[in-house]
Amino acid sequence: MTAAMASSRVPALGKDLVGLEFLSQEQILMILDTAEPFKEISERRIKKVPVLRGKTIVNLFFEASTRTRVSFEFAEKRLSADTVNISASGSSVIKGETLVDTARNLEAMRIDMVVMRHGSSGAAKFLADRIPSNVINAGDGRHEHPTQGLLDLLTIRDHCDRVQGLKVCLVGDILHSRVARSNIYGLLKLGAEVAVCAPKTLLPSAIGDLGVKVFRRIEEAIEWADVLNILRLQLERMEEGYVPSLREYNRIWGVTARRLELAPQDLLILHPGPMNRGVEIDSDVADGPHSVILNQVTNGVAVRMAVLYLLAGGQPGSAEAAKKEAGA
Amino acid sequence: MSAKALLKSGRVVDPSQDLDEILDLLLVDGIVASIGKDISAPEDADVIDCSGLIVSPGLIDVHVHLREPGEEHKETIETGVQAAVAGGYTAVCAMPNTDPPIDDPAAVGFIVAEGRKAQAARVYPVGCISVQRAGENLAPIGEMVDAGAVAITDDGNPVMNSGLMRLALEYAQAFGIPVADHPEDLGLSAGRHMNESIVSTRLGLAGKPNAAEEVHIVRDLLLAELTGGQIHLQHISTEFGVDAIRQAKARGVRVTAEASPHHLVLTEEAVEGYRTEAKMNPPLRTAKDVAAVRAGLADGSLDVIATDHAPHHYDEKESAFEDAPNGLVGLETAIGIIMTDIVSEGVIDIATMIDRMSCGPARAFGLPGGTLSEGAVGDVTVIDPDLGWTVDPNAFRSKSQNTPFTGRELKGAPNRTIVGGRTVWTR
Ligand SMILES: [Zn+2]
Repeated sequence: MTAAMASSRVPALGKDLVGLEFLSQEQILMILDTAEPFKEISERRIKKVPVLRGKTIVNLFFEASTRTRVSFEFAEKRLSADTVNISASGSSVIKGETLVDTARNLEAMRIDMVVMRHGSSGAAKFLADRIPSNVINAGDGRHEHPTQGLLDLLTIRDHCDRVQGLKVCLVGDILHSRVARSNIYGLLKLGAEVAVCAPKTLLPSAIGDLGVKVFRRIEEAIEWADVLNILRLQLERMEEGYVPSLREYNRIWGVTARRLELAPQDLLILHPGPMNRGVEIDSDVADGPHSVILNQVTNGVAVRMAVLYLLAGGQPGSAEAAKKEAGA
Repeated sequence: MSAKALLKSGRVVDPSQDLDEILDLLLVDGIVASIGKDISAPEDADVIDCSGLIVSPGLIDVHVHLREPGEEHKETIETGVQAAVAGGYTAVCAMPNTDPPIDDPAAVGFIVAEGRKAQAARVYPVGCISVQRAGENLAPIGEMVDAGAVAITDDGNPVMNSGLMRLALEYAQAFGIPVADHPEDLGLSAGRHMNESIVSTRLGLAGKPNAAEEVHIVRDLLLAELTGGQIHLQHISTEFGVDAIRQAKARGVRVTAEASPHHLVLTEEAVEGYRTEAKMNPPLRTAKDVAAVRAGLADGSLDVIATDHAPHHYDEKESAFEDAPNGLVGLETAIGIIMTDIVSEGVIDIATMIDRMSCGPARAFGLPGGTLSEGAVGDVTVIDPDLGWTVDPNAFRSKSQNTPFTGRELKGAPNRTIVGGRTVWTR
């Protein structure tokens, strides 16, 4: 750590956020609780507090992801950090460069924090093990996307007042989804019952061993669940032969208003985006009364502010004070 | 000029003659001249005291990647055979998946010549099954055998086309060589990086199921049975695969098979934390599979221990798991790992170890050696069963250091390697 980063107190989260698998229930709750006061900052006229003033953060995106990058960028700016965006498409900095060299360059530049999106599972841990900066995983391959998991948890808690005991079903391409793994770990740690529903071609063969139920058909999942988190079906999955056609996918596994009408209860509807309307989710569900998809976007900024704040050494109980210090 | 060496008072363990006793061994002009009690030293002989040591027929590794030509930054024939003799091996079979591949007699001749030049372990070239390892047309197998090839394989790749595999098993019979196959159905494994399991699910890595390997093991056994050809199945890693080979042997199918040290001692948990040193193909599997590979080694279903020595440059392994190449270096750790984790654990005894590392390989590939009977080649490995040592990749003679065994404390190590009566390495 650089001198500026050094804190006499033990950081509540450790150095990095690589995944939810290795966080405790207490740590997850601490992040969610810390996000609460940050939510309100986004509602102010001047949406800024000075808690990360003087910190440098690099948003390093080896894969394009406008929504996640923009969400992080807002979070960083609202905490007054200095940020630089590097993306594979727009920059020669990381073109053809190995991950090791990227790590060494970042280290040489004395960056305080790195937010990284990478196409390879394990890339975040690889970087975290090699540089003293805080590393936040913004999605690594099909491994984890912890801030998405956290914002989903926060959104569910907002609308159901709890996570404990809720029945949450993840619907769609679990096999290739980093969002699915982060959700499963986070939900189980907070005491939810978790299920997945997808064609078997899109489920890891050992998924049941993670402690989740498996539904073969969407109708069964809808009947069981309190919350559906609907995952994007990447269009290339059809080309790769995992599903016969998008039309069939929508007809057999799509979440439609008609199917939801059959549910014995109202279901909360989440989708991490970007949506394929008419494939995994129909528009009347996405835009319907039980959809909290836009709340997820709002909560994304607050959760990321909380993670940045805590990794920078901020203490969980002080977020409220930090907010007031800004004197909005 | 006559060269004579007398190995005194070693524990001679030679399963080919059912020998296990304290004896002297005299080598003259590169061959075993005599073996017995109290052989008196000829005047001009080098006398080597072997008391407390095991004297074994020279170890043979039928599966190594020497990387030359084409990837000399990973290994060369020169460094590869130096690593071999430092690991107690007197002979190695060089896989043909080089660049260009060893698919014609000139290329085979190059391997033979470079092997001789290195003057360490014997190097036996293995030729490709198919031209350019492309899996389409048979390579000139007869000409390659004339040039020195001892077997054929497309290792690194399986032979995906069953029709081509049938042709190879038929055609090779004229030359009395085995067809070695890397059993893997790429339709079930391409683009995948470790064993398919709860570990791969958690790590978010695409997994190769056991079935990817087993489909081809069973296919190859059926084709060997159909053709009467001799199949050699490489690096067996699954329980069902071992069983299928056991049953085929009982039916009289001409099959030999390998166990690799890493599949005998490591499970898929070794890749936790995305450790690329533990990335290999076939992947490390579960404890159940490891137990089955051990049982297969013990009962002879698996005939040979072969390291699948696969050197890679450090910066190739220093990458995201999915981008890292498969394989580990094995020549310099094999004896220590096998003696510590397999022999000391009682899975097999010393005699069986020597059978699987010397006699079995010589039988499977029809090679000289694998015995200390009078008149045999004077290839001898002297082993110190009590020497404790720690695996330090920086001390390897191999050009590469990619091993998951760094820091392992082992007991048992080669003490001296003799090729053609000449000591080529001592501790
Ligand atoms: Zn192979």
